[in-house]
Amino acid sequence: MSSASQASDLASFLAPTARPVKRKDIPVATLKQWLRDMMLIREFEIRCMQAYQDKKIGGFCHVYIGQEAVAVGCVAAIEPKDPLVTAYRDHGHALARGMAPKYCMAEMFGRIGGCAKGKGGSMHMFDRANNLFGGHGIVGAQTPLGAGLAFATKYEDEVINRGKSNRVTLCFLGDGALNQGALHEAMNLAGLMDLPVIFIVENNGYSMGTAIERGTTRADRIISKAAGYGIEGVEMYGMDVVQVYDAMKDLADRCRATSRPAFVDMRTYRYKGHSMSDPRKYRTREEEEQYEAHDPIGRLEKQLRSTNQLTDAEFESMGDAIREEVRECVAWADASPVPGIEELYHDVYVERWGPYTGTSLPSMLREMQ
Amino acid sequence: MTTIISQRDLPMTTLEAVPLTGPVPPSSPAREIEFRDAVREAMSEEMRRDARVFLLGEEVAQYNGAYKVSRGMLEEFGPRRIIDTPISESGFAGLAIGAAMLGLRPIVEFMSWSFSLVAADPILNNAPKMLYMSGGQFGCPIVFRGNDGAGGQLGSTHSWCVEGLYSNVPGLKMAIPSNPYDAKGLMKAAIRDDDPVFFLESERLLAFKGHVPETEYTIPFGKAAIRRVGSDVTIVSWGRPVHFALEAAEALAKEGISCEVIDGRTIRPMDWETVFASVRRTNACVVVDQSWSFGSPGSEVAAQVSLHCFDDLDHPVVRVHSDDVPAPYAFNLEQEMLPNARKICQAVRTVTYNA
Ligand SMILES: Cc1ncc(C[n+]2csc(CCOP(=O)(O)OP(=O)(O)O)c2C)c(N)n1
Ligand SMILES: [Mg+2]
Repeated sequence: MSSASQASDLASFLAPTARPVKRKDIPVATLKQWLRDMMLIREFEIRCMQAYQDKKIGGFCHVYIGQEAVAVGCVAAIEPKDPLVTAYRDHGHALARGMAPKYCMAEMFGRIGGCAKGKGGSMHMFDRANNLFGGHGIVGAQTPLGAGLAFATKYEDEVINRGKSNRVTLCFLGDGALNQGALHEAMNLAGLMDLPVIFIVENNGYSMGTAIERGTTRADRIISKAAGYGIEGVEMYGMDVVQVYDAMKDLADRCRATSRPAFVDMRTYRYKGHSMSDPRKYRTREEEEQYEAHDPIGRLEKQLRSTNQLTDAEFESMGDAIREEVRECVAWADASPVPGIEELYHDVYVERWGPYTGTSLPSMLREMQ
Repeated sequence: MTTIISQRDLPMTTLEAVPLTGPVPPSSPAREIEFRDAVREAMSEEMRRDARVFLLGEEVAQYNGAYKVSRGMLEEFGPRRIIDTPISESGFAGLAIGAAMLGLRPIVEFMSWSFSLVAADPILNNAPKMLYMSGGQFGCPIVFRGNDGAGGQLGSTHSWCVEGLYSNVPGLKMAIPSNPYDAKGLMKAAIRDDDPVFFLESERLLAFKGHVPETEYTIPFGKAAIRRVGSDVTIVSWGRPVHFALEAAEALAKEGISCEVIDGRTIRPMDWETVFASVRRTNACVVVDQSWSFGSPGSEVAAQVSLHCFDDLDHPVVRVHSDDVPAPYAFNLEQEMLPNARKICQAVRTVTYNA
């Protein structure tokens, strides 16, 4: 194990050996929408950090700042019908997938208005209407689920409906999850069963305080792991939403057409600490600044401005509108009531026979008195 | 020779309660340290004493431990003995078990016991059965340790009370200390133990301070501590809920109900003698266990007390557990779900007919 950080070698880390992709013709309106989506996620996360300081959010909270281009670009490359599943750093995916920010915020506030009525919290965002099959708190736990979602889409097509919905599943994971057995079993199954699932490693160079090469073999070429399971691997530059989209669109289309799994080494960076309590002593401020120079939002903004597709006034009003939207969402979450105590006993089982009341106290005691 | 049928009227003067803040020996100066420091002192002392002992787990070395339990240990013992691992619980727990079979004495830190579930096969299927399956040839002297129980709004995946699951398995020992003094003494005993020990710490107690003497001591497994002497009811608990039981006992004293609070310290083995002797004096029993009620260590205590103290009980044993639902995230729901002093008071009033 070497001690030098892979992520600190910026040039090689962010210059993946991507396969050549054709640049797509993307309408300006779409580019602006992506810029807006990324700015919304960042503003949302900034307000989350404040709300955490104010003790409105409890438990663990992991923000997505720096990685916005990944969720936005990947979601843009698939269709709403495609299932998506991810890990605990999931606010960005939820918003990119179309969850109203107020439901996401209220969930973290532990309110009844949250996407899971306040029962899941920051790490466990679910949204059935938007085909978001969860944030998952246990590292690697979502990877077999991703294979299972792909299995189900294929099964529905081939066994039940005998039609072609042709869905592809996106399964996100962190680089730390490369070392969980679950991923390796999931990849083998996906390869074996020809499952249309794309495992997207959001490779931000660190799992908590562990730089990737301190915990992972072949850290410079993690797609070699997928090769062992006969799965195509692609390295992508994750700090540019357009490049993410271009490469992911090709890959998703290919997976759909061939019904085969794929694996993506998505090079990115998390600007903040692992969670709210991480002082980031394991890396230098200089390293962070180098990456911040690759900022996905600044990059797209610059691109649009330099081609005169975005005026100062437009950009400003975009920012204002987003700040206002997130302010409103915080206020909405604040105004949402806490769940009633009876909510503790709902959703434990499917309630065909009425709510489950638990077999333990206090209901038991009440009966005894 | 007389046979004592009921110990109801025996004097209690021989009993002495040991406070949660630790016993202060009159001779040595009081030294207060945090729970996490007590665990670290135990590990460090044992590592100095025995080169076969080493620590491995996620972020234990360079990061100083996710909860700073192993702070400074890398400096003292170096990377060969304080070992950072990838997020591979099944892999590193299994690796450590292999090392233990060959005679080393690993301490495996799970950042949280909730994450040990992905290592269920090695820790439940290998470690506790190795000696038996090999007909006594291969033991497994290993300590698994980490945070257990609700840490505060961590949601369902991160709030496991694994004692509810794992205490079911023969071949393992399980310690659930409630305070720094016990944490140190029990950890040292755990490391010296020749069997696999599951050592459950509560994140909520890591900063709890108590007296821990400079002088060396160990606490044997299977020896409960009486935290409060009382005459109307025996409250049996272990780990963090002992604090709630003492809070309840304090409140109930004002109502004229006298509670004896027993801290099991280890639940495998459990100190049945101390529990039974107490119930025979108080004639009532409440068990407080933070795991779920169904098939739990709490139900085992209730069953054993009912079996062995049937004639002494004035009321069936009542148990206080976490509610029988997955841990919710919302603050108010989590508070309602967990055992607390209010629920314990209610249970005590029930068994003492003061409801
Ligand atoms: C099985 C398991 N072990 C440990 C943890 C604690 N933990 C949570 S996140 C994390 C680091 C994960 O890093 P990575 O996969 O790279 O994702 P990132 O945080 O960079 O998004 C760890 C060790 C966990 N949640 N689950
Ligand atoms: Mg990472």
